[in-house]
Amino acid sequence: MPRPAASPRRAPKRRQPGHLAFVFRPLRLRWYDGEVAAIEAKDIYKAFGQASVLEGVDLSVDAGQRLGLIGPAAAGKTVLLKLLAGLDRPDRGSVAVGDKDLASLSEAEIMPIRRRIGMAFQSYALFDFMTVGENVAFPLARAGELDDDTIRARASERLRQVGLAGSEDKMPSELSGGMKKRVGIARATVTEPEILIYDEPTAGLDPVTSAKIYELLAGIQAETGGAVIAVSSDVEPLIEFSDTVAMLYDGRVAYHGAADEIYDAEQALVRQFVRGDLEGPL
Amino acid sequence: MRLSRPISALGRGSLVIAREVGGIAILTAQVARALVPPAMDGRELVRNLYRMGNLSVPIVVLTAFFVGGIMVIQSGVFVERFGATGLVGWGAGYAIFREVGPVLIALMFSGRVGSNNTAELGTMTVTEQLDGLRALAIDPIRYLIVPRVVAMTVALLALTIIGNLVALVGGALFSQLLLDLPPALFYYSLVDNLRPEDLIHGLIKAVVFGLAIALTSCHFGVTVRGGAVGVGRAVNAAVVAAAVSIMVLDFFVTYLVK
Repeated sequence: MPRPAASPRRAPKRRQPGHLAFVFRPLRLRWYDGEVAAIEAKDIYKAFGQASVLEGVDLSVDAGQRLGLIGPAAAGKTVLLKLLAGLDRPDRGSVAVGDKDLASLSEAEIMPIRRRIGMAFQSYALFDFMTVGENVAFPLARAGELDDDTIRARASERLRQVGLAGSEDKMPSELSGGMKKRVGIARATVTEPEILIYDEPTAGLDPVTSAKIYELLAGIQAETGGAVIAVSSDVEPLIEFSDTVAMLYDGRVAYHGAADEIYDAEQALVRQFVRGDLEGPL
Repeated sequence: MRLSRPISALGRGSLVIAREVGGIAILTAQVARALVPPAMDGRELVRNLYRMGNLSVPIVVLTAFFVGGIMVIQSGVFVERFGATGLVGWGAGYAIFREVGPVLIALMFSGRVGSNNTAELGTMTVTEQLDGLRALAIDPIRYLIVPRVVAMTVALLALTIIGNLVALVGGALFSQLLLDLPPALFYYSLVDNLRPEDLIHGLIKAVVFGLAIALTSCHFGVTVRGGAVGVGRAVNAAVVAAAVSIMVLDFFVTYLVK
């Protein structure tokens, strides 16, 4: 099935080589060279012991595009996200970020590519020996490109954007699940990476906060012009957020197409899943 | 059927041991590689040195003080029988420097620091914090493991030196209290008969034990599977593996470094 192009309002910002954005936007971390990354998985197979999780998954996201990944529980969505982020390796197939195949690179060779990818984890993955502020500032501090005051200011600004202003000195153990989720998003996005991967970004959040989070994710993506891949069990808001939606089922991509067409998809199981019908093949 | 059961159990056990030993060997190689050239997070190193070393001082001092006393009580029977009062300081010092000090302090260190390290790394593993580091393009070996291995090795060496000194003070004090031997006699018996090699022998053991505790506790921490139950199992396995490693390595170091 041909994939629809990204909507014009979300088209990537084109930047000329040598663009002097860093002069006018001193908080930016990288020198834009006109290239905005895309990510593409081809014929991915992954098994854990005897249990096969992914069996020939093909999926791609263009720069400036938002892909929503849905599927029943244990369909392999998180596994696929980790493969796309280069945190795990497929048994077969390739994961291309730009012109690099993550599956064929060593851990050391993947490191520079990971700087172009931000990932918010389902289980938050906050460093519990750091404060909230230190967690968010950590990627900036490790990059070593900004002074401490700028890093602190930028981390505080991102925390404010996710609705956690003034939480810098709290420890992760003092936060609720929803607050941890927002800190995870703040940390994943603080360097404004070119590819953003969110695993259940709104799980445990109330509808209003969930809507605010999607608005924030959309704002960050519009600003960077990067690609977004998001997994959520809360299907309706995710479809609304996404340009395209892919559904994983039985180790394969059962549907990949325009988000607004998924409710009328040809496959009965896709329609049943997104509509939440009790009757059907699922 | 009956015969095959113990054989298959033996085979399973051997495979588990081979897997864990192999895992520790791989981790050792990764740490060694990360140390060339020596580069690690200084803040993590200082943080670990403080909580693993400084915070262990009170318990080591308390233990070592009574270890010195135990040495005197055990040797007191023979000292009084043979009137060998001039050998109390030497006997206690020899045993403390070469054997009792490094081994007991290492076991204490393994119980307090090693188990804590495994639990902490295990929790970080099951809550995806290690993946979180990797996702931020940070190598967990360089950022988390190397500072811990260096800190645990340095801390155990320093604690062994402190513990040795406190044990000698305890020995001298208990000699006075239990055997009515003046501390000066204990002191001269010590300095006249002990050689620097006796101290160095024990310090080599401290370094080897420190490395063993660090590597086993880190290995079992980063290979945890199965949530909180898995963390508990890993801590248990790490403490047992560290204790066995200390005894086995003690034999080899004692045999090889004479």
